[in-house]
Amino acid sequence: MTSVAAGVTRNLSISQADGGRSKSEQRLIPISIMGKAYQVPADATIMGAIEYAGHQIVRGAGCREGYCGACATLYRLPGDYKIHTGLACMTMVEEGMTLAQIPYVPAEKSIYDIEELKPNVSAIQQMYPSVFRCVACNTCTKSCPQGLQVMDYVQAAKRGDIAAVMDLSFDCVVCGLCMLRCPAEITQPLMGIMAKRLYGRYLRKDSPELAERVKAVESGAYDAEYAKLMPMSREALSKLYYARDSE
Amino acid sequence: MYPDYMAESLRKVAQTRPARLELARKPDPVYPPMSAEERRAVLEGFHPDFEASARRPVRVGPNRDESLTTEVADLLESHSWLRSEQVDLRKPDFETDLLIIGGGGAGCNAALVAMKEHGMRSIIATKLRMGDANSMMSQGGMQAAVSRTDSPTRHYLDAIGGGHFENKPELVRALTEDGPGVVKWLEDLGVCWDKQQDGALKVMHGGGTSRKRMLSCRDYTGAMIMRTLMDEVRNHPDMIAVKDFMPAVELIMDDKGRCAGAVLYSLDSEEFFTVKAKSTVIATGGYGRLHIRGYDTTNHYGATGDGLVMAYRAGAKLMYMDSVQYHPTGVSFPEQIAGFLVTEAIRGAGGQPLNKDGELFVYPREPRDIEAAAIIRECAQNGGGVTTPSGRVGVWLDSPLIDMLHGEGYTDKHFPAMYRQFIQYGIDITKLPMLIYPSLHYQNGGIEINEKCETDIPGLYVAGEASGGLHGRNRLMGNSVLDYNVFGRRAGRYAGEYAKKVKLGKLSLAHLDAYEKELKDAGVKTDLVTPVLLPSYAPEDVKKRQLLRGNNTLPGSTVLQNRLHEERSGA
Repeated sequence: MTSVAAGVTRNLSISQADGGRSKSEQRLIPISIMGKAYQVPADATIMGAIEYAGHQIVRGAGCREGYCGACATLYRLPGDYKIHTGLACMTMVEEGMTLAQIPYVPAEKSIYDIEELKPNVSAIQQMYPSVFRCVACNTCTKSCPQGLQVMDYVQAAKRGDIAAVMDLSFDCVVCGLCMLRCPAEITQPLMGIMAKRLYGRYLRKDSPELAERVKAVESGAYDAEYAKLMPMSREALSKLYYARDSE
Repeated sequence: MYPDYMAESLRKVAQTRPARLELARKPDPVYPPMSAEERRAVLEGFHPDFEASARRPVRVGPNRDESLTTEVADLLESHSWLRSEQVDLRKPDFETDLLIIGGGGAGCNAALVAMKEHGMRSIIATKLRMGDANSMMSQGGMQAAVSRTDSPTRHYLDAIGGGHFENKPELVRALTEDGPGVVKWLEDLGVCWDKQQDGALKVMHGGGTSRKRMLSCRDYTGAMIMRTLMDEVRNHPDMIAVKDFMPAVELIMDDKGRCAGAVLYSLDSEEFFTVKAKSTVIATGGYGRLHIRGYDTTNHYGATGDGLVMAYRAGAKLMYMDSVQYHPTGVSFPEQIAGFLVTEAIRGAGGQPLNKDGELFVYPREPRDIEAAAIIRECAQNGGGVTTPSGRVGVWLDSPLIDMLHGEGYTDKHFPAMYRQFIQYGIDITKLPMLIYPSLHYQNGGIEINEKCETDIPGLYVAGEASGGLHGRNRLMGNSVLDYNVFGRRAGRYAGEYAKKVKLGKLSLAHLDAYEKELKDAGVKTDLVTPVLLPSYAPEDVKKRQLLRGNNTLPGSTVLQNRLHEERSGA
């Protein structure tokens, strides 16, 4: 089963089941947003809490559903020395949490021509040599809000196993938290994107039927059918549509 | 976890599951698909577009007197941020071949193709970061007729039937005919499509498809495509300049009535910048964050219909702006993720919508508007919904069937994002169904284009969700991902070609003054200033205090946006 970062999985409080609560009866808890104290709904996400506090987020919100990585957040909890990481849109607030969103993670993307690279360790060596600085501390994996095995894909990159990097980094949302926490200053998500592109470009199995179809379109194989369909009346099209078979 | 009071309903779902699993294993539909008459009845009776206050005539502009979605009419009957005399156009801050407004899938494709085919330079100006777009969020897939049992013309018929035969034929042809080529283009850029053992593309059904043609990259399809395109854009810094947090707020014209660039606004420094461009591409996406009819939305934070209003003020005609797409399956519970998208691929893989008694009430793969209206009917008329603690309503989407049909581990492998979204709240979708309700998803219409992405205005091109005509009044699943690729590429091709020839005249913002006069003549009274740029989700008491700040702060947090949001959301 897909793993989820420790500290992220929570159940809703039982009080959710009471039903019919108005907003004013919401249970509020104290949290600290960038060092300033606020009372926010106990069942809010971090993003919801920041907006409840009246902030207009500009940097720090994008898709709001866990795909875009705009809302990387660092937080600590009372009596816990650890730095926790999460996506603000997907992580719930907790009593006493103190947090800050990370507006941007500085990182240098290597510029390359995909046609000039080879899908092996040489591409990693040329474009992201910092990968070889990995000290296998596993901090990246522990900081990943997606629960990915980040260190494992860094190790795979060192071996030139592009397919494994593709597979293990597939669900990366490029929030940048791993590269922020990495003591070896590796830019894991950027290397992951390159590896996925190398896989898609060079290591995929080709689809013979796709090649045939592209050729057929280019040779005008469907021109006659389009010429018949396009001027059809609504009635004629409707008849054809509702009578069509389904696979 | 689901609250205890839902246990009885969940028990009924489990009870009816074995029989429904048997149905799903047979080749016949698990529930009878609707006829044309039944479709019309459910739409007119229950689709939100057909509610009495859903539409009203717009009083100004190229579509004057046409009935549009009420919130869209409000958006169009608004003031510009700028008056022409405020902006010095004599010496533009930037000059470029193409100005591309919007950094989603359509914008990135346009920049790449204009560069590769014509050697043209682009500026991509985007409101948030490049890739902060609905393109990034598409989960389920992209349609393209690639399998041997399918054909582009079969795809044409499905799309035009789904759109109620109102789609512009030349656009549907472009979409369906370019589809296979787009698959190859993306694959060669490095997109990792889901494949079968022999290398054939994995294809699934979506709502309204008569052949399996939904291609996917797990349920991160849009993210995979978008990150690949962005990475390629960033590989060409000499040819493509990306300006993040720099939304356009108005188009610039020349004295011959051609589009000649735009005025950008920096969200960081609150400065305005002028861009002179030989051709301009609007790729600003849709409007989900206007929360039409108070619906939750699946859309990204910046989806506020900015391109529509800029183009409209400049004189571009809109098409089908009376039609809104509600995705049948938005999350209804948990509250924290209400409105989030549950990919249609869940139904494509065998997930079934069920009422509170665990019964099927609709064919799971009707086109989106039909499916959504049927779910609303089941709740509103038949009392078949389950009410959540916060007073939302929903029906079940039985996801555990998927592993039963395709083998254990299938959900984990193919729907990791979906699994993650729910497990945070203690709901394991391989064991429990999801509670869903329609969510505001897509702008069916938009700025009218032809197959070259041209508009009424020379030099102005539109691609992707911001455009209108392609999908008629209802888009099918997977046709938007294909749309932003096909028409993003076409916009780059034709805007690039045009940019090679055009000699621009004197720059002008006179259209803003003319529009302002038209508002006045039509008797429009409004304090709304657009583009909206960002919605506000501050609580009511905070908003009231924010009113005191007047109109000199970030656009999204001011009086005007608050008003829009409050009125629309019924908050």
